[in-house]
Amino acid sequence: MADHKEKDEITGIDTTGHDWDGIKELNNPLPRWWLWTLYATIVWAIAYTIAYPAWPLINSATGGVLGYSTRGEVADQIAAVDAQNAEVAQRLASADLSTLAPDDPAHRYGVAGGASVFLSHCSQCHGSGAAGAVGYPNLLDDDWLWGGTLEDIEYTVRHGIRNEADPDARWSQMPAFGELLEGEEIAATVEHVLTLSGKDHDAALAAQGAILFEEQCAACHGEAGEGMRDQGAPRLSDAIWLYGGDRDTLTKTITYSRFGVMPPWGPRLDEAEIKAVTLYLHQLGGGE
Amino acid sequence: MTQPQGAPPSLYAAREPIFPRRVKGTFRTLKWWIMGGTLAVYYLTPFIRWDRGPNLPDQAVLIDLAGRRFYFFWIEIWPHEFYFVAGLLIMAGLGLFLFTSALGRVWCGYTCPQTVWTDLFILVERWIEGDRNARVRLWNADWSLRKLRLRLTKWVVWFFIALVTGGAWVFYFADAPTLARDLVTVQAPFIAYSTILVLTATTFVFGGFMREQVCNYMCPWPRIQAAMMDNDTLTVAYRHWRGEPRGKHRKAADAGKLGDCIDCMACVNVCPAGIDIRDGQQMECITCALCIDACDDVMARIGKPRGLIGYLALADEERETAGAPPRPIWQHVLRPRTILYTVLWSLIGVVLVYALFIRSDIGLTVEPVRNPQFVTLSDGAVRNTYTVRIRNLTAQDRTFRLMLTSDEILRIEVETDGPHEGHVTVPANETMQARVYVTARPQDPAAEAEITDLRLWVEDVGSDDRAGVATIFNGRG
Repeated sequence: MADHKEKDEITGIDTTGHDWDGIKELNNPLPRWWLWTLYATIVWAIAYTIAYPAWPLINSATGGVLGYSTRGEVADQIAAVDAQNAEVAQRLASADLSTLAPDDPAHRYGVAGGASVFLSHCSQCHGSGAAGAVGYPNLLDDDWLWGGTLEDIEYTVRHGIRNEADPDARWSQMPAFGELLEGEEIAATVEHVLTLSGKDHDAALAAQGAILFEEQCAACHGEAGEGMRDQGAPRLSDAIWLYGGDRDTLTKTITYSRFGVMPPWGPRLDEAEIKAVTLYLHQLGGGE
Repeated sequence: MTQPQGAPPSLYAAREPIFPRRVKGTFRTLKWWIMGGTLAVYYLTPFIRWDRGPNLPDQAVLIDLAGRRFYFFWIEIWPHEFYFVAGLLIMAGLGLFLFTSALGRVWCGYTCPQTVWTDLFILVERWIEGDRNARVRLWNADWSLRKLRLRLTKWVVWFFIALVTGGAWVFYFADAPTLARDLVTVQAPFIAYSTILVLTATTFVFGGFMREQVCNYMCPWPRIQAAMMDNDTLTVAYRHWRGEPRGKHRKAADAGKLGDCIDCMACVNVCPAGIDIRDGQQMECITCALCIDACDDVMARIGKPRGLIGYLALADEERETAGAPPRPIWQHVLRPRTILYTVLWSLIGVVLVYALFIRSDIGLTVEPVRNPQFVTLSDGAVRNTYTVRIRNLTAQDRTFRLMLTSDEILRIEVETDGPHEGHVTVPANETMQARVYVTARPQDPAAEAEITDLRLWVEDVGSDDRAGVATIFNGRG
């Protein structure tokens, strides 16, 4: 090798001996440890593909001798967090919510955990911000159909509303007055209902409607439209309307009735989750 | 293509061993002081105490990753103030530009950890195995009991230095005395041991064996620096117009024709990069200036003026070859480029110091809840909800009163666990989140307007210090 060293005249550096039409390549040798580093990375790469999932096969991939999987890692992490929270979750599950102090770790755990229970199970109807929609109550305001205490909310979550699945579900049914009253009578009743919350109305019709209201509606909604929580009968004298407070919507509601259903969550959520979502809902701004 | 006969030349080369000789002189002394200073700063800083009161750590310099805080003497940086760190990094960058454009690779030659620790490792090597000639002999000698003993002693001392170096690093991230005790009693966290292990290994290998290879093959900085150097940048160079033709035989007949260089190889023998400075500027040169000391010593002994090798700029070559005297250093250093870097560097520094002085010890962010934008209450009132985060940047617990100001009539309600309505107590050095409701009565204009401007305030109940944030109220409009 040494015999055939050829120096480039201008730079004084050895050439590789390669010659392309008079063009020669200088040889500035790489450090040898660099080469060993390359070999080490190759060895590492091969070992890695043996140890970890790597090579794609037709229907799967090689699993790696360490048995590692990203799904398994996530499952481990979830299990670790659950184990870490087991004690506080147990404490929450057996707690009496009405006496649970707000600075109790179980209370804080409940509010935080309830938010994710809500997003997973409730937000589909009540909205991710709990603002509800037409027919689905807004849970942020101070108006509650069946009551807004911790106890009321917990019962509603556990048993649901007007469902067949749970015999203890909250239950009531407004008659479809289209079958009981004439069109003019319904129109008059609508005008009276409009007076209850101070809306524009036809005074003459409303006076007729007042009698009909007392006969047909006051038993549940109260004489002044103050509502009745035992029946889930909405208050008609406030600014909040589940289906709408305008003349057309009220006519529809009285004629055909409404039948809002909520499933029971007792069978689907565990005790801690029910209490957590109850705490979460109660502190959204409208809890009683 | 023609291929010469025989085996082709190797494309890979083993490291040429370098045996730097001991040298004495101005720059060597300066480097000893810098080495002592930088090493002392590195090893001792974590153990400096700084009293911040009972609620905060008393370590002067502490990077509390778990608590998301950075403590530097009287300064405490929170994550939202990371721009201070960004500013310091920009200043460090500009500082390097300034020093490189003025003095070349002065960072590499004097203060780079690779240089400082290599210098320390060479010092140990010289102390155990002797100076250059002894080390060359030992290198060439066959393995014997003596060689083994010297090598092992050297490696053990190196390893100890490396261990202390890796160990000191972790003290910046936890309370140093506690961690030191835990490390010794094998109670420290795994991450501390693994960090020490990695840094011990890199220090041992980089300082003991890789040395100039790190600079030549691993570090990008030598390449980047070329972009910041120009004809006036001072670098270590050989005055070939004075030294050439070099020659040893002063007594020979043609001695009169020779330059000042007596080809004694002193400059080459002391070089930790293993180069010959007389070949001109080279990528491998870290401008450690040890060849200047070596050559000055020789020049003094043979009765020639010092400075055959010295700090020069490329521009000097032409002038001095023509016989002009050397230019003073300030004429090289003071030029528009370096002045610009200095001005930029100082500007950022002044801005950072200013920002440090005007920053408040109350932090407030207000996030209006937008899902939904507002809630209608049963009496027709309109309510907006805000998530308010209050940061207490002091070492004492503080109680804040929440208030609002607006041109319209709005009512504020604070959801709080505290004993006082509308008050939020924030523990020392923590952030507290509170939910604030702002309500417009049905008859108020804000209820029907689309947007009403307002400002939420927190006021320290004790000191009346306050902070405010502008936000909006969404009405039905």
